[in-house]
Amino acid sequence: MDRRPRVALFVTCLVDTLFPDVGRSTVTVLERLGCEVVFPAEQTCCGQAHINTGYHRDAVGLVRRFVATFEGFDAVVAPSGSCIGSIRHQHAMIAAKAGDPALAERARAVAARAFELSEYLVDQLGATDVGAAYPHTVTYHPTCHSLRLLGVGDKPLALLRHVRGLKLVELPNQDQCCGFGGTFAVKNADTSVAMLADKMNDVLSTGAEVCAASDSSCLMHIGGGLSRLRAGVRTVHLAEILAATEDAAK
Amino acid sequence: MSNAQPPPAPIHAPAGVGMLRGTRTFPAAARLALADPQLRHNLGHATATIRDKRANVVAEAADWAELRDAGQAIKAATMAALDEHLVRLEQQLSAAGGVVHWASDADEANEIVTRLVRATGHREVVKVKSMATQEIGLNEALAQAGIDAYETDLAELIVQLGDDLPSHILVPAIHRNRAEIRNLFLRTIPDIDPGLADDPRALAAAARHHLRRRFLSAKVAVSGANFAIAETGTLCVVESEGNGRMCLTLPETLITVMGIEKVIPSWRDLEVFLQLLPRSSTGERMNPYTSLWTGVHAGDGPQSVHLVLLDNGRTSVLADEVGRAALHCIRCSACLNVCPVYQRTGGHAYGSVYPGPIGAILSPQLTGIEDNASLPYASTLCGACYDVCPVKIDIPSILVHLRAEHVEAQRERGVPPTPEAVAMAAAAWTMADAGRWRRAQRSSRLARLLGRRRDKTQGIIRSLPAPLAAWTGARDAPRPPAETFREWWAARERSENGKAQ
Repeated sequence: MDRRPRVALFVTCLVDTLFPDVGRSTVTVLERLGCEVVFPAEQTCCGQAHINTGYHRDAVGLVRRFVATFEGFDAVVAPSGSCIGSIRHQHAMIAAKAGDPALAERARAVAARAFELSEYLVDQLGATDVGAAYPHTVTYHPTCHSLRLLGVGDKPLALLRHVRGLKLVELPNQDQCCGFGGTFAVKNADTSVAMLADKMNDVLSTGAEVCAASDSSCLMHIGGGLSRLRAGVRTVHLAEILAATEDAAK
Repeated sequence: MSNAQPPPAPIHAPAGVGMLRGTRTFPAAARLALADPQLRHNLGHATATIRDKRANVVAEAADWAELRDAGQAIKAATMAALDEHLVRLEQQLSAAGGVVHWASDADEANEIVTRLVRATGHREVVKVKSMATQEIGLNEALAQAGIDAYETDLAELIVQLGDDLPSHILVPAIHRNRAEIRNLFLRTIPDIDPGLADDPRALAAAARHHLRRRFLSAKVAVSGANFAIAETGTLCVVESEGNGRMCLTLPETLITVMGIEKVIPSWRDLEVFLQLLPRSSTGERMNPYTSLWTGVHAGDGPQSVHLVLLDNGRTSVLADEVGRAALHCIRCSACLNVCPVYQRTGGHAYGSVYPGPIGAILSPQLTGIEDNASLPYASTLCGACYDVCPVKIDIPSILVHLRAEHVEAQRERGVPPTPEAVAMAAAAWTMADAGRWRRAQRSSRLARLLGRRRDKTQGIIRSLPAPLAAWTGARDAPRPPAETFREWWAARERSENGKAQ
């Protein structure tokens, strides 16, 4: 019998389609720590965008698919605090609302075994030093759903503090939302951008080369703004930093 | 519970009266507010100050978590038997010499108050700061009847003198700085000292001088109430300035307008809220003035005491199992001060006397979702409001619930689906099957062709067509990569299987 922890990767639709490096990095880190990583090919999307925009009926099928795809695994890991937040706090509600209490029960059971990457590494594997090296100055934006919905606390920072060569600088007003908010970024683009302006200001005030976070969606927003201003700061997912090693940094 | 009859249609707050509906959608109103640098500065400074004060006094309360749990539990239990508590309140207040009036909506409440003031023969009323009377547009209704209503709360006075609208629950003139207030006073207060300074003490003294004459001559006062204690029929107003105390004690007639959700069963319950409210609202351990009155006392205080119990849509909110928690609100405004949206747009963008996160869940429920359809979307769902709410209202979940209600309402009206609804349905269909999803990902790679050649080499897209143009107006978009994650994974599996053989 193989005693290695077996982990089902929920890569998220956004990472799958637009940020595959984040998915590859997640696999790298988990395998480096001795996990057997499985990628169930039937997965698509957790339905968060549908749920948070109000399309609850359309989301039922996505919840059903997610539950059916992942309920056979001991652990599900995703490189996204907000997708895990939706799985934990919304899936059962969507199933119950659709009049399917059995699905709600199954959704709760899967949610209890679904983890955001830093939660899984620190709480389940007991690892803070994942053998990474990243010789850059980094500031970390904790993202609202990781911070408040999941309560991951300083787990990402504990991981970053053990990365060789990495200099961590504190982000001022870090608990303030960056302004992404899913479809909010388009429906309320002016307010979204006003919030982004303040977040970029805080990022730039740190003098960091890299702004890191655990959600590719927030990073797409912050990074999109920094890139538009040619601000010279890049956005990098926590998984990519943790996957980096001295060999790769050459 | 009987399933024999469908529930009666909800009765919402009527349109055309009061202040629950804006003239613009939130995004349109927000755009105007965001373009005002002075407003952004005033709001940023004021909300940061009050946020820090709250955080300090909450941190020193060792039992804060228990207090919040208690506040939430008391409110939930009270709402579950609201009818009984209201009847008890009426009985007790009537026994103490007060008169209770029931108003099903804003129009009825305005009629009652107007009639009561007319019956006194006076044409002037002084007002204690009150959200409920603004909600129903009482000042305007009284003006139409030839009755002048004078706001006595300093910030409400500033709003009234400026012919302005309130923009915050606690500090309705938060959008004004002291220089603006000084200019307003010089312009609008008769025989004011032209050398008036713009420091807060001088401004408060000028307002005090102006108001004192009104207090001493007023025969009728109108107030709201923070709490009503059913077991004794006692009303409670919590304030900072003492102007409320003047209004509540000096006039002959006192008329209180209160939403039905403000009733609490007992004095023991009040103990919890009098700890939660000041720390959450002004960031003080205790507010300076807490006034409590029970009916009429011969020779002491108002000899004619009235309470108008206002529904104005609240019963329909109560009927919604998820949304009803919005009625637990004790109007502390902590959610406004921590809201990243409110901090930047201010309160006017919400178009209602109830701005910020609590307004975004309360106003649409009072008016019916379609009259305030953009408000539930005026949030990133960051959750900061839920964290600070003294009665633990899960505002983000209610926002999501109301968004779904809006989507369903549109569906039921049979209007042609919006482009968003079509896109959402298409996405759900595509993602319901991994094969369809894979093919859609492949076609999305066509977006790699977008953008100028130079941008492509940088892996970004600088402009996209509508509706995503709203994204690229200020943000670059990532260019889809040559290979999705699942393609990379499939290739890796094939190569590892190949090695294994």
